[in-house]
Amino acid sequence: MDWKPVALSAESRDQSWYEASARARLAGLLDVDTFQEFIGPEQRQMSPHLPLFALPRAFDDGMIVGRGRLDGRDVLAAAQEGRFMGGAFGEIHGAKLVGLLRAALAVKPAAVLILFDTGGVRLQEANAGETAIAEIMRAITQVRAAGIPVIGLIGGRAGCYGGGGLIAGTCAHLVISEGGRLSVSGPEVIETNKGAEEFDSRDRALVWRTMGGKHRRLLGAADAFVADTIGAFREAALAAIPEAPSFDLATLEAEQARLEARLERFGDTRDATEIWGRLGVNDPAAVPSLTTEGFDALLDSLPEGSHHAR
Amino acid sequence: MRDKMPLDTLLASLFPAGHAVTVADGLISGEGPLTDGRLAVIGIDGDTALGLEGACFLAGCVLDVVRAGGGRPILVLIDSDSQRMSRRDELLGLNEYLAHLAKALLLADAQGHPTIGLLYGHSAAGAFIATALATRVLAALPGAHPSVMDLPSVARVTKLPLETLQDMARSTSVFAPGLDNMVQTGAVQATLDPGKPLGPQIAALIADSPAVDTRDALGRERGGRPLAHDIAAQVVREAQVVRGAQDRVMREAPGA
Repeated sequence: MDWKPVALSAESRDQSWYEASARARLAGLLDVDTFQEFIGPEQRQMSPHLPLFALPRAFDDGMIVGRGRLDGRDVLAAAQEGRFMGGAFGEIHGAKLVGLLRAALAVKPAAVLILFDTGGVRLQEANAGETAIAEIMRAITQVRAAGIPVIGLIGGRAGCYGGGGLIAGTCAHLVISEGGRLSVSGPEVIETNKGAEEFDSRDRALVWRTMGGKHRRLLGAADAFVADTIGAFREAALAAIPEAPSFDLATLEAEQARLEARLERFGDTRDATEIWGRLGVNDPAAVPSLTTEGFDALLDSLPEGSHHAR
Repeated sequence: MRDKMPLDTLLASLFPAGHAVTVADGLISGEGPLTDGRLAVIGIDGDTALGLEGACFLAGCVLDVVRAGGGRPILVLIDSDSQRMSRRDELLGLNEYLAHLAKALLLADAQGHPTIGLLYGHSAAGAFIATALATRVLAALPGAHPSVMDLPSVARVTKLPLETLQDMARSTSVFAPGLDNMVQTGAVQATLDPGKPLGPQIAALIADSPAVDTRDALGRERGGRPLAHDIAAQVVREAQVVRGAQDRVMREAPGA
């Protein structure tokens, strides 16, 4: 056990996860000064495809992968930078995460942490991004089957959309904040394809209550709801490691039952507030304005327990 | 572009002695004989979008096969649209349903039920990831047309003129829709011959299927993903280098 008390940098853990860069999130999430990056930006492994579109590139292609310690335990971690190309999956961006997951099978960390911040596939290299997402999902299930929890953290500016939402659904445990949004089709995509009557992407309240962290936690689509600080994500990630379900038939049968029950129970609803009402929330309209403490108290008052079916 | 093979024709070629595969609401399920055993079949027909109910139904079929054991292979036939785009699907957590279907297929394969995807029509985006791309081996028939997003939508998002994109699509495979481009990235491993019986071709795919994910190596060989394989391999190597004392710590001081 090589845990040693260190001076926590209060300012780094108190800062907003939503506002922080991917590197700042990693620095604050992990034990101080323990993060070590693989294929760091000094290697300048940049997208070979973006110049075709006359688009600027990033030295890390918007994906930072490496190892560090979480409360003294060795972990692997990947963080997407939502401010570069919306955190979207391109060839190198995706391959770094594929490599990290394959590495997990060899080095057997206590957990793999994925800090999502993504709009989905990077359209300028769509085929490479889409294929990488499939490789990542296959690798996650292999890592989980080897007994290593893969934990997703969602609270970034870009949310977790498109293929990112499918990768998140493959993780063993998801932590989300109010600012985190988790979906496949984003509001603009639905509106563009199906019209504003189907989804008005400018109605921000609708977006938050349909795809936001509180709804996802109430629905059971995320396992933990946290305040928007790096410290809160750190605490939740630590708590998640022993909680993460294994990847086997029993887990997937439990998930099948859980998802069938959700369709049965809520399949006729139109709005999240109807779902919250059926879950036993007395004042659904007040949920969006609840503080983290108020929301925690609400969760405690509801009959739904947490599940280990993901 | 070639016409896609109709599902009836495909099933007749695959199971000349007959089968018990049915289609309801665009969802394919059932089974038929393959060499000396049986082949489970699921899938999506008729360019149908994959929503909550479809993903849940197909995942249930896959888990039934796993529960029954015996190593029965699973063929995933795909002619789908993208994921169903609606407020209700997203409200109820479509990402979980699609991921659940993919996980069911990945679990089946890991537990000795080889999974083979066969793309015979369209497929796109989330539906493609949750079905065809979640199999161990993905093959296609000529006339298949996978895409992440169609070029007019890419034009809207990238703010490039459609004509420019069409020109670019002729010389670069990485962003453009179409079967050849997904073959180049390594996502589609093989193209089947529609003029020959499909059963033996599927049986051969099962027999030759790689135990590990070789898609990035194929992408490098074929030129559609020149760097993915080497980048992933480099991460694996760097992760196995014993940690030095504080060497190469990349830390960004908050606010710096």
